[in-house]
Amino acid sequence: MNTAFSRAVLASEWTKIRTVRSTTWNLALTFVLSAGLGTLVALSLRANIDRAVNFDPAFAGLYSLTLGQLGLVVFGVLLVGSEYSSGTIRTSLAAVPRRGVFFSGKVLAGALVALVVAAATVIVTFVVAQTALGPYRTTMGADGVPARLGGACVYLTLICVFSMGVATMLRSSAVSLGILLPLLFLGSQGLGNVPALKSVLQYLPDQAGLVLMHLTGPQDDPRFGHGYGPWGALMILLAWTAASLLGGYLTLCRRDA
Amino acid sequence: MIEVCELTKRYGRHTAVDTLSFQVRPGRVTGFLGPNGAGKSTTMRMMLGLDRPTSGDVRIDGLPYRRLREPLHTVGALLDARSVHGNRTARAHLGWLARSNRIPQRRVREVIDLTGLGSAADKRAGTFSLGMSQRLGIAAALLGDPAVLLLDEPVNGLDPEGIVWIRRLMKDLAAEGRTILVSSHLMSETALTVDHLIVIGRGRLLADTGLTDFLDRHTRPCVRVRSPEPARLRAVLTDAGIRVDDGADGSLVATGAGVERIGELIAAHGVTVHEVTRQPASLEEAFMRLTGESVAYRSGEQQR
Repeated sequence: MNTAFSRAVLASEWTKIRTVRSTTWNLALTFVLSAGLGTLVALSLRANIDRAVNFDPAFAGLYSLTLGQLGLVVFGVLLVGSEYSSGTIRTSLAAVPRRGVFFSGKVLAGALVALVVAAATVIVTFVVAQTALGPYRTTMGADGVPARLGGACVYLTLICVFSMGVATMLRSSAVSLGILLPLLFLGSQGLGNVPALKSVLQYLPDQAGLVLMHLTGPQDDPRFGHGYGPWGALMILLAWTAASLLGGYLTLCRRDA
Repeated sequence: MIEVCELTKRYGRHTAVDTLSFQVRPGRVTGFLGPNGAGKSTTMRMMLGLDRPTSGDVRIDGLPYRRLREPLHTVGALLDARSVHGNRTARAHLGWLARSNRIPQRRVREVIDLTGLGSAADKRAGTFSLGMSQRLGIAAALLGDPAVLLLDEPVNGLDPEGIVWIRRLMKDLAAEGRTILVSSHLMSETALTVDHLIVIGRGRLLADTGLTDFLDRHTRPCVRVRSPEPARLRAVLTDAGIRVDDGADGSLVATGAGVERIGELIAAHGVTVHEVTRQPASLEEAFMRLTGESVAYRSGEQQR
């Protein structure tokens, strides 16, 4: 069985994660970027509340996550990429020659860490941002907010797993980041608003993430609306993640280490 | 027991390993020799299932490596000693490796002591000298107490004390009935450790033989003779069809005849001699002669 799963391999991959410093740095980056920028966004909204159109208090606690994801993307990429840059991959595959077992253990270990960090980051960011909003704040239990927070956790975890798959296909941290960063950041911050490109770009993972967190603006406004809702967004994200994992798995099976 | 069967690996038009077949038996140290670029490392990577053979296969105790469930208990390997994440400590590196094959963490401490890593165990591997990296690589290979050990150039970068240590370790492990395959591009150094030799050049098998057989077949006997009348001695030997070269400090080195024949010739002609010594056969020379063709053939061609 080449696709089985092993708890020993999961434990081994968890040991790898917690014994390098870059893990701490990347996860701290996620947290600090999200919470810090979230606070700034909230303070800015509060100061300009008179000019706010379609004011959405939850926005202040969620928008910064689209930048904070950077830390989780780098974390996912380095988890795989450092195996190739250091040559550890040969030791890893000699210890766990069944590629599916190795890959499933690595991806699951990375995903679990990403999920825990994502949940902590999403909750703390939301709380500090709402505190900064002061009188205009909303609560975690408010209508629609739990779904958006849950969507944020799912998005951040899946984007980390997606990054791991891409890095396994490309076998290099630098090349992977060179592709992922423009893909995940140019789309939402720039090109995503060009009407001609939008019909295609709206299916990129970061755009699906925005829909999942309801950060795209009013859906009835043609400038902001996407051709799918939150459930569609989840399906799109799952499809991207599955495709990247499949690509990573096939690369791992076929290429010489 | 390692069985290599018709193993071939091509990279584009370059053939790194060419229908190679041999067996590595337990209970002895087998040297895997060849000049740089002969295909030793490629063969060892295929033994570990890291590279896929173009054709042919390798079996370890009857199974292809990729079929082994927790292979560190069966096979320990040292490939490139630098294949360690530089930010991880030696102990952490051995730690994840042990967990992956359900080896108790107690064994990590054992191999750290065994390989003399000692106080360096908690330093980041990126700060290690090549010698320390080799010790860490050997510690990793021994982690699962395997019956088969594959060591690619293990003495590289080791200090003299380390070299003596690894030689003794390999002999001890072989004496316990394990299968040891150790690669090297240096013949003389290998001869001190190995019982059996597998020599390859350009990916092809050149010799698969015991060390003494190899010496008998590929080295010519050499005798050093020192005499106060070297000119006469030279004439006597040359007349008998023996090749004579100048040795160090005025002695003569006769090639192509044993010490008995030379002694008889000297006595028959009444030449005064001060010394007649059998010279140790030059392993390096034998190795170069055997592999010379494959090396010459390859020069100028791009090596992998």
